[in-house]
Amino acid sequence: MSVIPADSASLPAAQGAPATKVRGYWGSVWNRLRYDYVTLFCLGLIIVIILLAVFAPWLSPMDPEKSSMANRLRPIGYKKYLLGTDEQGRDMVSRLLWGGRVSLMMGILPVVFATLVGGMFGVVAGYYGGKVNMVIMRTMDIFFAFPSVLLAVAIAGSLGGGIGNQMLTLTVVLIPPICRVAETATSQVRALDFVDAARASGASTISILFSHVLINVLSPVLVYSSTLVSISIILASGLSFLGLGVSPPTADWGLMLSTLRQSIYVQPIVTALPGIAILITSIAFNLVSDGLRQAMDVKA
Amino acid sequence: MTLVTETAIDAAADPRDRGGPAQPMLIVENIKKYFPIRAGLLNRKVAEVKAVDDISFYVMKGETLGIVGESGCGKSTLARLLMYLIERDEGNLVLDGDLVGEKSGVPIDALRRSLQMVFQDSYSSLNPRLPIEQSIAYGPKVQGIKPKKAKEQAQDLLGKVGLRPNLFSQRYPHELSGGQKQRVNIARALALDPRLLILDEAVSALDKSVEAQVLNLLSELKEQLNLTYIFISHDLHVVQYISDRVLVMYLGQVVEIGPVDKLYSNPKHPYTQALLACRLSMDPDERVDAAPLAGDPPNPVNPPSGCRFHTRCPHAEDICMAKAPALGDVLKATPDQHLAACHMAQAGSGHSKAPATLAELFNI
Ligand SMILES: Nc1ncnc2c1ncn2[C@@H]1O[C@H](COP(=O)(O)OP(=O)(O)O)[C@@H](O)[C@H]1O
Ligand SMILES: [Mg+2]
Repeated sequence: MSVIPADSASLPAAQGAPATKVRGYWGSVWNRLRYDYVTLFCLGLIIVIILLAVFAPWLSPMDPEKSSMANRLRPIGYKKYLLGTDEQGRDMVSRLLWGGRVSLMMGILPVVFATLVGGMFGVVAGYYGGKVNMVIMRTMDIFFAFPSVLLAVAIAGSLGGGIGNQMLTLTVVLIPPICRVAETATSQVRALDFVDAARASGASTISILFSHVLINVLSPVLVYSSTLVSISIILASGLSFLGLGVSPPTADWGLMLSTLRQSIYVQPIVTALPGIAILITSIAFNLVSDGLRQAMDVKA
Repeated sequence: MTLVTETAIDAAADPRDRGGPAQPMLIVENIKKYFPIRAGLLNRKVAEVKAVDDISFYVMKGETLGIVGESGCGKSTLARLLMYLIERDEGNLVLDGDLVGEKSGVPIDALRRSLQMVFQDSYSSLNPRLPIEQSIAYGPKVQGIKPKKAKEQAQDLLGKVGLRPNLFSQRYPHELSGGQKQRVNIARALALDPRLLILDEAVSALDKSVEAQVLNLLSELKEQLNLTYIFISHDLHVVQYISDRVLVMYLGQVVEIGPVDKLYSNPKHPYTQALLACRLSMDPDERVDAAPLAGDPPNPVNPPSGCRFHTRCPHAEDICMAKAPALGDVLKATPDQHLAACHMAQAGSGHSKAPATLAELFNI
């Protein structure tokens, strides 16, 4: 022990006191989340939806693409059709399960890609500032100038349909907003003294970005990205609805909604089912990101 | 306070010493930084903030040089210039006899190891997402020390600054008090084993009792580790307590420099006099009623002509508006010389209160 006197809090009388268990950042985030039952419930819901989609091949009672002319537009609970049938007599349960695979993938993967790409550009723009920032952010502004739906339709329209193109479209649409959030967060962190302290110790820019900037930018970007999942699902459904996404007979909640809409007066409840699935999933994602934002907002 | 001569002998024993005890630790020559103010569509430069305007001084080995001045006078900018955190417009640094940064001189990386800084804001100067041990060990790791060794060093340093390593090393900054955070900041600055520590308002945010503890810690560390300090503060009491010499800044320039006793007992520059008069005396009878230093400092974008202090100076005369008073050659002056950039302190300046020149004395 040194001879230097310290404030009483620093040197408790008990010698050899055990090292205190101190909760880290993620520990304290979890501690807050633990008592947020709404968020926990939605998180559970999302996990269930994801599991249902992942295990669709084993869970779905029938082939989602096998039509039956004799059993078109049957109501909920008709014989073996638990949730009825669509306009081609295909089992709704199976189609919702399989459709969930596509829709969830469209909700999550473009957000992941856009977070990686947009986050990287945003961090670089925010950290370097000046001309680099201007080039990156003005480019993003060009995309920002269009409403996202219009932009998605324009890109998807010129690329053509298909899952790959739809995913690419959504990624491009989601990059600018994520980039802007990452840029703002980074330029705020950049101005803090601990970055200068790291520079004063001779650290390279790459090292500072990875050791000091990213961990501080991560939580605002992640929270923001999680709000985009539901937007991405809805956009994807919209594209499929317009015929710019997956093509029939592949099941996708947006596409199902689109093809069932003529039957809304015949079987209103069955018609609404894919819409309800979209609604529940996006609300669950939104509430989780809301809870996440609150839990991650640890004053440090 | 340690005497300059005493510590100079200690410093000679330091294996890192190259220039000998008489060679200043750091010489700052005519350093200058103007921040451009940009505006308009094309982001053109419309004006400049003269944050640091031609400052020269030196710090002897083992000495504590205090730097005082109102906020906004360029103290932090000066500190960041010395640390190479912002680029300077003009000027040179000489570290223990070697020019820094030029091709032949000391590389910037060596400067980094010799010169470290404790930042003003203890809140933002620690990464909120890193346990403090990692914050301390980061610099050494960057400099190529093995992670395990750096970790041990960090624990050692925590002990040195009075924080029990087994209690504190895994804590996050928000779990520490202001004084504890500032101790961690000091530990981090010491992790690279520097010879000169720049302390920018290091105790200004702390309450008085914690401030005293941290000041004591600084004094002890200085002796243990053979350090030289540049201590920046706006608090004249603290500067008087800790410094061997004091430099007074006004609007980006040095207005007065000298040994702490001479400067405090006999301030030559009206600005220093006003600052000293502003201090609240412990004795209520001696407290001044009117603030001697009225108004805000002028805008550093368009500093006043001549002497920059003439707009607030009670003794201002025509000469003060016309001509900037010279401080004299600070770099040639000995550490115990007391210099002031004021016409009243210089014989033959043309100010009515200036001391008489020899010629005037004998012509009477
Ligand atoms: N990055 C910057 N860009 C423009 N002006 C700045 C910048 N940093 C500081 N300044 C200006 O330089 C002057 C000196 O600031 P600073 O060195 O922080 O003063 P002090 O530390 O003495 O309070 C102030 O007028 C401030 O507004
Ligand atoms: Mg300052």
